[in-house]
Amino acid sequence: MSESLATVSYVGATILFILSLGGLSNPESSRRGNLYGIIGMAIAVVATVFGPRVSGGLPFIIVAMAIGGSIGLYAARKVQMTQMPELVALMHSLVGFAACTVGYATYIDTSIQFNGAEKSIHELEIYVGVLIGAITFSGSVIAFGKLSGKVSGKPLLLPGRHWINLAGLLIVIWFGGSFMHAEAGSGTFALVVMTMIALAFGVHMVMAIGGADMPVVVSMLNSYSGWAAAATGFMLSNDLLIVTGALVGSSGAILSYIMCRAMNRNFISVIAGGFGTGGGTVAAAGEQPAGEVSPISAVETAELLRESKSVIIVPGYGMAVAQAQHTVYEITRHLREKGVTVRFGIHPVAGRMPGHMNVLLAEAKVPYDIVMEMDEINDDFPATDVAMVIGANDIVNPAAQDDPNSPIAGMPVLEVWKAKTSIVMKRSMASGYAGVDNPLFYKENNRMLFGDAKKMLDEVLTALKM
Amino acid sequence: MALIIGIPKETYPEEKRVASVPDVVEKLIKLGFEVAVESGAGNGANFFDDAYVAAGAKVIANTAELWSMSNIVFKVRAPSTDEVSLLKEGTTLVSFVWPAQNAGLMEQLAARKVTVLAMDSVPRMSRAQKMDALSSMGNIAGYRAVIEAAHHFGRFFTGQITAAGKVPPAKVFIIGAGVAGLAAIGAAVGLGAIVRANDTRPEVGDQVKSMGGEFVPVDYEEEGTGVGGYAKVMSEGFQKAQLATFAKQAKEVDIIITTALIPGKPAPKLITAEMVRSMRPGSVIVDLAAEQGGNCELTKPGKVVVKDGVTIIGYTDLPSRLSKQSSTLYATNLLRLMEELCKAKDGTIDVNMDDEVIRGATVIKDGTVTWPPPAPKLSAAPPQAAKPAAPPPEKKSSHGHGASAPMPAKKLATVFGAGALLFLLIGANAPAAFLSHFTVFVLACFVGYMVVWNVTPALHTPLMSVTNAISSIIAIGALVQISPPLAEGVERPGGWISLLAFVGIVLTAINMFGGFAVTRRMLAMFRK
Repeated sequence: MSESLATVSYVGATILFILSLGGLSNPESSRRGNLYGIIGMAIAVVATVFGPRVSGGLPFIIVAMAIGGSIGLYAARKVQMTQMPELVALMHSLVGFAACTVGYATYIDTSIQFNGAEKSIHELEIYVGVLIGAITFSGSVIAFGKLSGKVSGKPLLLPGRHWINLAGLLIVIWFGGSFMHAEAGSGTFALVVMTMIALAFGVHMVMAIGGADMPVVVSMLNSYSGWAAAATGFMLSNDLLIVTGALVGSSGAILSYIMCRAMNRNFISVIAGGFGTGGGTVAAAGEQPAGEVSPISAVETAELLRESKSVIIVPGYGMAVAQAQHTVYEITRHLREKGVTVRFGIHPVAGRMPGHMNVLLAEAKVPYDIVMEMDEINDDFPATDVAMVIGANDIVNPAAQDDPNSPIAGMPVLEVWKAKTSIVMKRSMASGYAGVDNPLFYKENNRMLFGDAKKMLDEVLTALKM
Repeated sequence: MALIIGIPKETYPEEKRVASVPDVVEKLIKLGFEVAVESGAGNGANFFDDAYVAAGAKVIANTAELWSMSNIVFKVRAPSTDEVSLLKEGTTLVSFVWPAQNAGLMEQLAARKVTVLAMDSVPRMSRAQKMDALSSMGNIAGYRAVIEAAHHFGRFFTGQITAAGKVPPAKVFIIGAGVAGLAAIGAAVGLGAIVRANDTRPEVGDQVKSMGGEFVPVDYEEEGTGVGGYAKVMSEGFQKAQLATFAKQAKEVDIIITTALIPGKPAPKLITAEMVRSMRPGSVIVDLAAEQGGNCELTKPGKVVVKDGVTIIGYTDLPSRLSKQSSTLYATNLLRLMEELCKAKDGTIDVNMDDEVIRGATVIKDGTVTWPPPAPKLSAAPPQAAKPAAPPPEKKSSHGHGASAPMPAKKLATVFGAGALLFLLIGANAPAAFLSHFTVFVLACFVGYMVVWNVTPALHTPLMSVTNAISSIIAIGALVQISPPLAEGVERPGGWISLLAFVGIVLTAINMFGGFAVTRRMLAMFRK
């Protein structure tokens, strides 16, 4: 295959990737979007393997692809939908690691020779590529650990953590200087030190971020993996890598931005970490909502649901943890057959990654046209008989609107308290990840259904069927 | 020592309610009190002596004995003169009292050196809602008013088309959308009637609509919300306009239910004899304000009268006519009050005059009249009640319309400035080969930005997994390193590079296949 043909193939692949992302604008076209992505990837790989820059080693490539591919397909088949955040985090780490290996391989490749400014640029590209790759790798591994519960979800706050980060950055820059001025082949030490620091930085950064901020972290790492690919593209002068990396990078950046906005928080403050431990407790101690909670039983809940005309269900991470989405669907179907309007209200940061709740509900076969975004459904609460909150807390906290001193003040929330009755399913009275007490629980029209979400919902379903 | 709560039988003629019910007695005992019930006290509400005994109360046959052993007396109606004389010094009485209307009773009670908590004086605040017996009773009265009206009305409420002809739906007009009015709206809507309602407080319009009624405003500008969420006396001009509105409604509707009350004042006369005459024969008026003189000129308190073919119901005992329900709710209101008075749950009470709710309810403290209380600080009406301090952030476009509102000019200028500087630096130093890649990079960022904003939030997870799969394009970086075509005589550490490249390909292949496969699996689940 000639150079031009390969380039044209790359352009084709680029277009297919863009179409693939564009296809996700609605669920109808999304399946085709994914297909475009697959075709684009196939074209890119084939064009590379048979292109002018690969002169053999085909068996080698096929073996590697077969190993990786079968692991990937196996994982994709086995993964539970509730584990999606973990899987995605783990996959980000692979991209990060691959970026590192490619960076190192390029560095030790003595067949590529540049001079002057081109040499500096080339070395800078390697340095930056490995840097981003290493941060993505270690950060994603920790994110994976946190999401799967292998590492505690609590933010780890070292004393003077901002100074540690700053020191790390300065060292990285200093070694970057020495790396670029080093004689060919002698910069390995600087590169290795930098990699170590980058790995440590990735670990430290994600460790400092609390569980509720995980959607931001996951999308941020998504973004990083894109930038790592783009940096690799610069390193290898490959436009396809640059374009694809930029697409992925900006996609992740936008997702991070959306998530931050949904929590009314600044990106920097999320990355700086430590939410729910610092200012949160102080303010919470000052404003304890007064009153008492009214508990409700599963049978009474069923009664309430059966007698209502319109119901909105607000799921949160608790539903994912309890794997209750299928029961939720059964209840939904049952109520819809009885002529009750049931809809779902999804907060952008519900769950542990962007769109987490939508995927879970889709898995449980909930039709997507009754699953609404926060902005779409918030005005409908006053006309709703029952708002059922399943394992969510901060995203339905009225303090975000009423109490300017609350740590979550100004965060957009689902206004479930405006419904005639709200039912909150919760394991206990413990506060949410933000560590803020929730005045919703003490509202006159709120009822608490205590217990494991799955178990209680099963009971509600049994009572409904009677 | 645990105090004894006494529940005497109500002595008012035809009063069927009782101040506590067995379920609540049980909870009072849990609070540490002992409970004594007069034999037969609950008969009118279908709560019999054995149920009270089963709940843990003592049943006392002798009225005088019950009054003398009680430290706290629960009653529904204000006590009669005979009952007042049974109260021993230091007792606490909890009941309806109506201190404004019953000055004589207040004097008698004060002379007995007792403490009196008037359920009608519980301030109307969110925190006190659970003890608001007036609301509980109003709710029942409103419901019962509709039932009484239906009973006296010769037609269906709901419209029907039957084989025997068409039945038009009944039209109900409700004056005063307080608790009783809203309950009446709900009950009448539930029976299928067309319901309209009017109130001097315009902010209740939404509440009327929420119950399924239609709000009929008076065509006159005046705010009618008084202190504490109650209505106030309106100006003459307004009253005229109001009467005109009502006269018009009277000609159209079949049933009028009036609930207009102003605290401490006789009920306003809103339905004139002339309006009654203008109504269709067979129509019904239920006057819930009968006890305070009635909203209709022709109302006879406690009686049903028929004038010009219109039935005017002036019952003053509607809650008592639903005695089981009203007793249960009233008993729960009293229980909530006791919980406030007995925070320690040790069977003693502390009449804490610093607590706004208890202060308001206490009309006599140890023989000293403490009524009226200082004016309530907060209005119960939501609109004025301190708007949330932090208004919810204005709605931003969710997706499909670019980022959000345009940036402020100053910030935009800074961004452009920084961008220009960066570009200048790059342009001055970077070689041409780099620049062509840089161009591609910047353009791709913009394309990504535009495309991704169009992604629906529901598909954010598939977006992440598909971008993740696409980012395994980094495999190409590894592929080209396996065996590049080398120029003659150029050496490279092939072993190491091949190893690194091999690892890279395996990892990215996991990602590539796994990412696309899992995205496919997810997307297949999204269905209508």
